[in-house]
Amino acid sequence: MARTSIQTEVVSTASDAAIEMRSLHKSFGELEVLKGIDFHVGKREVVCVIGPSGSGKSTLLRCINLLETPTSGKVWVSGQDVTDPDVDIDAVRRRIGMVFQQFNLFPHLSVLENLTIAQRRVLRRGKAEAEHVAHANLERVGLADKATSYPAQLSGGQAQRAAIARSLSMGPELMLFDEPTSALDPELVGDVLEVMRSLVADGMTMMVVTHEMAFAREVADRVVFMDDGIVVEEGRPEAVLGAPQHPRTRDFLARVLNPGHRPSLPQADPAL
Amino acid sequence: MTATTAAGRRGMTRRQRTRLIRGVQYAVFVGVALLIVLKADWPRLSHDYFNLTIARQLFPDILSTALKNTAAYTAMGFVFGLGLGLVLALMRLSVVAPYRWVANVYIEFFRGIPLLLWLFFLGYGVPTATGAQLPGQPYSPIVLGLGMPAAAYMAETIRAGIQAVPKGQAEAARSLGMSHGRAMVSIVIPQAFRIIVPPLTNEVILLTKDSSLVAILGVTAGTKELTKFGRDSLNQLVSPTPLVIAGLCYLIITVPLSLVVRRLEAHNNRAR
Repeated sequence: MARTSIQTEVVSTASDAAIEMRSLHKSFGELEVLKGIDFHVGKREVVCVIGPSGSGKSTLLRCINLLETPTSGKVWVSGQDVTDPDVDIDAVRRRIGMVFQQFNLFPHLSVLENLTIAQRRVLRRGKAEAEHVAHANLERVGLADKATSYPAQLSGGQAQRAAIARSLSMGPELMLFDEPTSALDPELVGDVLEVMRSLVADGMTMMVVTHEMAFAREVADRVVFMDDGIVVEEGRPEAVLGAPQHPRTRDFLARVLNPGHRPSLPQADPAL
Repeated sequence: MTATTAAGRRGMTRRQRTRLIRGVQYAVFVGVALLIVLKADWPRLSHDYFNLTIARQLFPDILSTALKNTAAYTAMGFVFGLGLGLVLALMRLSVVAPYRWVANVYIEFFRGIPLLLWLFFLGYGVPTATGAQLPGQPYSPIVLGLGMPAAAYMAETIRAGIQAVPKGQAEAARSLGMSHGRAMVSIVIPQAFRIIVPPLTNEVILLTKDSSLVAILGVTAGTKELTKFGRDSLNQLVSPTPLVIAGLCYLIITVPLSLVVRRLEAHNNRAR
């Protein structure tokens, strides 16, 4: 297939998109982190968001399940306006899985309890059903033997896979990943990416903030490059990553893919 | 010529100087200890302050009544203080400003007034004004007298513990669809309490000692705690021995607690 350019993206309507944003702004005091984002993620689409540190990628993700409240603009999740003050945000979050850079497993609970507590307290599932779902998801991420372990006993890669299984146990419609492999030792990244690949294969709608360019190229339907609070460029991964149109994208990719290759450029933030 | 070190000039190596200083310290210690052992009038001291004939008359009441009551009053004050302290801590962290004001005023008030004054107020001030004792005698002035000031101290400890739980824990809980209250109860507060077990145990030690002040409430024979018991036995038996024994009884409670705190702190330091 021919490479699609930025302009040929199909703009979906609010009703059939998993995520839809219009002129989203977010400021922290004086600092404007998001400067008007228009953006959508289709159902069963996998979108990877790349960009330098401080470009607003994580904030964008956190505005979707309202861990951050947008300063202005609208966000729809499966057609529901989540920025409406009357919306039951807990009900919206139930349908959105979120995976954090620092895992955020609950250290005082066993792995099994990490996976069952929200099922039981939020979805009101019975103990047996919740544990059945939890075991199935632990199996899915390759941690069937870790149910009785505590988070402190897991490696980083195991902890992140357990965190993914925790989200999956809620049966989410879509999953948000906030730099899921950035806190991992390099040799542990592969296991986590493998689990994420299996989710892609199962047709999960995913939005992934990542620095794993090879992974983005492999699994993403679309790659979005953000810098300084705006979407600079988006399109098919081979287009954005292989033949970037915008100089800022080219500059970022050059620094990420060949760190130290251009010593004349400032190396303050290689974003790796 | 070679340069001589400062120690070399005085004709001593550093090791020799260290040995000399340590030797002097041991010599002083042994000298003072010998002086006390040889010069003190041990039979006299023991007869006056640690008279076994008198001590024997204190048992078993000093344990079965006085020590038991001290432990019971401490426990009552602690449980009341912990419950109210938790409420105050949550009020201090509330988004509703008047709750924060009320909690702040309460905490500053009870941290600032002497416990003895507060006990006089409950035991004599209120009856003077109303012409009647507080309902629930004899325990209500004890529980309120010890528990209300303790709540002020514990509120600050609990608040610090809640704020010490990483923000990502609450975010992960909220992302799973838990309400703010559910996230606090199931995820944040259990972790906060782990953090504050050592300072709370210290609070029990302080409360154990403070429970001696309820002696001024004019308790009856069955409700005497250690200090009142010791004071009355001093009059009865005309010997300071009961006070010494009562002091040792406090140590039965406080020393093990203090050891527990040290172990927990060492454990927490290792875990970090």
